[in-house]
Amino acid sequence: MSLEALSPDAWGAVVVAVLGGAIRVGTPFLFVSLGECITEKSGRINLGLEGVLVFSAMAAFGASWLTGSPWLGVLAAAVSGALLALVHGLLCSLTRVNDLAMGIAVMMLGIGLAFFLGKPLIQPQAPMLAPIALGEWSESSAVRAALSINPLFPVGVLLALGLTWALATTRWGLTVRLVGDSSDAARAMGMPLQGTRIVATTLGGAIAGLGGACLSLYYPGSWNESLSSGQGLIAVALVIFARWRPVACLWAALLFGGAGALGPALQSVGVTGYTYLFNAVPYALTLLILVLTCSPHRSLRGAPGELSVQR
Amino acid sequence: MSRSMQFVEALVLPVLALTGALLAFGLFVVGTGRDPVQAWGLLFLGAFGDAFSIQNTLQRAAPLMLTALCVALPARAGLTVIGGEGALVAGALACAALPYLMPLPQGAGGTLLVLVASALAGAGWIALAGWLRQWRGVNETISSLLLAYLAINLFKHVVEGPMRDPASLNKPSTLPLDESIRIGSMGTMDVHWGLVWGLAACVAAFIWLSFTTHGLATRIVGGNRRAAGLIGLPSTALILTACALGGAAAGLAGGIEVAAVHTAANASVIVGLGYTGILVSFVARHHPLAIIPVAILLGGFGAAGSMLQRRMGLPDASVHVLLGFAFVLVLAAECWRGRLRLPRWLSARAALPVPAREGA
Repeated sequence: MSLEALSPDAWGAVVVAVLGGAIRVGTPFLFVSLGECITEKSGRINLGLEGVLVFSAMAAFGASWLTGSPWLGVLAAAVSGALLALVHGLLCSLTRVNDLAMGIAVMMLGIGLAFFLGKPLIQPQAPMLAPIALGEWSESSAVRAALSINPLFPVGVLLALGLTWALATTRWGLTVRLVGDSSDAARAMGMPLQGTRIVATTLGGAIAGLGGACLSLYYPGSWNESLSSGQGLIAVALVIFARWRPVACLWAALLFGGAGALGPALQSVGVTGYTYLFNAVPYALTLLILVLTCSPHRSLRGAPGELSVQR
Repeated sequence: MSRSMQFVEALVLPVLALTGALLAFGLFVVGTGRDPVQAWGLLFLGAFGDAFSIQNTLQRAAPLMLTALCVALPARAGLTVIGGEGALVAGALACAALPYLMPLPQGAGGTLLVLVASALAGAGWIALAGWLRQWRGVNETISSLLLAYLAINLFKHVVEGPMRDPASLNKPSTLPLDESIRIGSMGTMDVHWGLVWGLAACVAAFIWLSFTTHGLATRIVGGNRRAAGLIGLPSTALILTACALGGAAAGLAGGIEVAAVHTAANASVIVGLGYTGILVSFVARHHPLAIIPVAILLGGFGAAGSMLQRRMGLPDASVHVLLGFAFVLVLAAECWRGRLRLPRWLSARAALPVPAREGA
């Protein structure tokens, strides 16, 4: 069926599905972009979060399957994400090690480990996170589906607010921002440069790991080798779009979630044949946003000064 | 003297890193309750054990040489481009699409035309990432990866939609290339001519970088942008050329995969050759000639993967784990550069700019 042939009712269903999908698809984006945000605030970039996402999704699924408790799976995701990011943080602290390239290496290692260890997990069914049903009042099943919310989404919202507060007002937040903006100034103040970056990177990995748990324990809610296709990388670009502000990451994640939900929503009302083009929308949107926001002449407003993506 | 030290160092550090990766992989195998010595043995048997495996290895090394150039050439101009997979996929698509667009001559002429189309598609794809960086300051590492995902989705859309061969039921493919256009094996060997293309591209890239003024200018831009500006070099043109040449190599890899191996464009082309090429280039420190042996070694590990799977019951991702360890350790080994023993006055002179550490 083509787009023109859709009835107004079908369009309504698409809109509802996209709005609901914004949260469902956007929650992993939210966690990864928050993780990347805190990492980059300390002046380092972690492209390895794509690997963290896949690895922690596998860990979450495996732990949930072994223990029978999806929340232990969430915990396992955070811990495994933190461990992989810790490797990145430690190795990037060595002299001459390029954090962009190391991120790619960590991404390949994380994905390789996840595929290796996750081989036995492709068949089994693990207990999933139960959705929070906010749509019970409605007669429409589409609305009810759209309003059953990933229980980790509120956690993500609280995290975004908490990180904003912590970065703005706490001693630790001030240290992270100073280390990220000027390592010379931080050194002059006697602040632990590499230590702060390692802690921020590890924390970022733990947060991104929660995004992995969303993928394998909520939506799509299984473990397979095509679970993530670059969400971790899109999140890196999202952080630039959000100008390194955690709350803006929330809105950016919802926007991208909506864009990602467009394809499946249209498919559910019978528009087929464009699946891959709709799948490409988030990447094209990311690229477009980068083209519109970046500039060759100045660094971006809000960008941490030590960041190597900034020239 | 400093040059020879540089050479020794460029040899010793990656070898140490790869040895470390093999050790780490061995520990990993022990962790699964299997024998690491058997795994190491199978890795080398599967890669170089007999004529069959050597041919298999060379077959796999050919596209890796080309996708590694897609990382190495921009790197020598100071860019970290990692979207070679996108250029490869674009090249594969262009190769399969050309017969839909125009009638092709039979035989070698047709082969040349489809390969030129592949190279042009790949060149455009990576040059776009370079241009976005020069024009808008968009980080080329991120944009080239996004472009790779875009290329893959575009590829799948076209292959499963407008260009689908109605006869390909289970595995959507384009119409197969005319038999006379396909790339065949070299003589009696079970290795296709793509290997020669890969070797030739690496040698040509070496000559360009080392012996031409244009190549020297490109390396100056990669080493020090400001110095390049001071002596009036056209940085943007040089960077775009390096990106386009790298992209052309990866695009060619895609074209060769279609014309020599799969005979049509389908999902089998997208198996991460572009990503393994990144590792090859980093191990080879972006040196075109060093890419050749490294591609053969890592291609060999790839060839041995199925043997690990058959004989030891290890998952097919084992090779990914090994390559992941290798990549991490190769980069970490950078911190020893210039610190390998010897008097300081020797190693200080060896510290010439190497673009690998040149962030974005």
